[in-house]
Amino acid sequence: MAEGNIAIDVRNAVKRFGAVTALAGASLTIRDNEFFTLLGPSGCGKTTLLRLIAGFEEITEGEILLYGEDIGALPPNRRPINTVFQHYALFPHMTVAENVAFGMRRLRWSKADIEDQTGRILDLVKLGDLAARRPAQLSGGQQQRVALARAMAPGPKVLLLDEPLSALDLKLRQAMRIELKQIQKETGITFVFVTHDQEEALTMSDRIAVMSAGEIRQVGTPREIYEAPVDRFVADFIGETNVLDVTVHRGPEGVWTCRLPGGAAFPCQTGRPPQDGAAAHVLIRPERLSLVSEAACENGMTGVIDQAVYLGTDIQYGVRLDGGPALLVRAQNAGESAEPFRPGDRVGLAIAPGAARLLID
Amino acid sequence: MRHRINIRRYPGFLPVTILCLVVLYAPLLVVMVYSFNDSLSITRWGGFSFRWYMDIFTGPESAKFKDAAWNSLTIALSAAVASTIIATAAAVAMVRGGAFRGKALNLALISMPIMVPEIVTAVATLVFFSAIGFTLGYLSILVAHIVFCIPFAYLPIAARLQGIDGSYEEAAQDLYASRFQAFLRVLMPLMAPGILAGFLLAFIISLDDFIITNFIKGAGIETLPTAIFGAVKQGIKPNIMALSTLMLSVSIIIVTLSYFISRYGRPGTKAEA
Repeated sequence: MAEGNIAIDVRNAVKRFGAVTALAGASLTIRDNEFFTLLGPSGCGKTTLLRLIAGFEEITEGEILLYGEDIGALPPNRRPINTVFQHYALFPHMTVAENVAFGMRRLRWSKADIEDQTGRILDLVKLGDLAARRPAQLSGGQQQRVALARAMAPGPKVLLLDEPLSALDLKLRQAMRIELKQIQKETGITFVFVTHDQEEALTMSDRIAVMSAGEIRQVGTPREIYEAPVDRFVADFIGETNVLDVTVHRGPEGVWTCRLPGGAAFPCQTGRPPQDGAAAHVLIRPERLSLVSEAACENGMTGVIDQAVYLGTDIQYGVRLDGGPALLVRAQNAGESAEPFRPGDRVGLAIAPGAARLLID
Repeated sequence: MRHRINIRRYPGFLPVTILCLVVLYAPLLVVMVYSFNDSLSITRWGGFSFRWYMDIFTGPESAKFKDAAWNSLTIALSAAVASTIIATAAAVAMVRGGAFRGKALNLALISMPIMVPEIVTAVATLVFFSAIGFTLGYLSILVAHIVFCIPFAYLPIAARLQGIDGSYEEAAQDLYASRFQAFLRVLMPLMAPGILAGFLLAFIISLDDFIITNFIKGAGIETLPTAIFGAVKQGIKPNIMALSTLMLSVSIIIVTLSYFISRYGRPGTKAEA
């Protein structure tokens, strides 16, 4: 299939459960061979959207197209889409190999083909030697791999993953992120991944859809979502961030300047031109701010260090600006000798070029 | 840990316990002991012997008991099979069918035979059978037994099904199984312990039943309970004690089996949360 083909096209999908609207008109396109993530807090509708694509729920309004074909009326067993369930749902009365073969058997593959594919897919997830075990005899991580193998074995056009890593401990989760991404690249299957973990979404995805309250707020690459969030919800949900109340002013050569209530001013980026002199919010990630001596400060952002939190790789400072808000600043930990700032010190703040982004609500 | 109340410290605990145990089990114990009594008397001990057990199988009443036992076993087996199938279907509909109109009423109707006094069911069944002109005999007993066995089969099956996470069926359907295949290949095997427990319970309930059977059996056919009742009317002979002890043993074995089967495989039936 050609690059850029659309695998799944969700058009204005609405799902209501009685009086509750779980999905309020979501539209998005998922491309062929893409690792696509639905990201949002619990109750945002991401799992509902996944279940609509799988066919476990009936769509109330709108349509879902799979490679151009409307699949809204098909039951789950007629859709060439497989799911990795959050708690795996491995059949406890079957061995690992029988679990993996289940889908192929229903599709009436030949015995030889089933055996070949079962062996190949178990090798892919590194479980070749556990084929005869029962799910209860496996660790959580191994069960997770079986669930993945079982869903991939029949060669689905799209693989849906419903928070598959949430039941694993941190170390295993991090290792599985890399492995999942690798498997997706190797097999070329389109992955639709649901998670509430923004770090997971950022590290694995080709593109992310951020959802909230049954709506899609933004779709974009991890970099776009992180560095250019379209609204305050996305900015707050993805990573730590400073949001400041400012007024915007047009400067020379189309440069926009933000002014804090205390008088400090600095240039900012914006997608859409705002009104001159309007009140707005500006977003600055903590790691794009740095501490400088008060005398070296050029933009007038000076204040006192409230606190310093040791985070291992980083040190996070809380800085209260003179006559203004408090900000978080994240500095790389360069060792004890290279740590000139202490709580109570007066400091200035420097903003990396392009780091201040205007949010228009 | 929550602080537990030690019930043994309650005043009167010991005498009440002993009284209950004696009232419940002393008669059974007496029957069991005297079934091995080598004497015609049912109250005087005349030494240990198996003569009354021999008497059941070879004595003058042995033909009657054999017929009754055969009827009881075949009826209990058929009634248990039929009621278990119906109860399984009912459980799937009730537990997995979502909310539908008249669901509470349905549950009430299914469990009615447990609540309604058996004598009322017996009279009602008799009246109904005569009204529709259903000949009383083997078949009428079987039909009545199927009906009142359903709730007893239903309870363990529904309990088991409630403990099975719905994602197993979704996973099966997601992997190209039709609804029926998902039921047959995934849900049924997971429900099996509950189904077997329900089957055994229904079997024992049918085997033990006296009141309803006595009303609707018609002339010329006996099950074990009605045969024992008939024999006792002419005076209690020790062979009845032997027969009762045998039935008691069968009941205890089956109920114990049913208990352990329904416990089997509990962990792992729910998806790990």
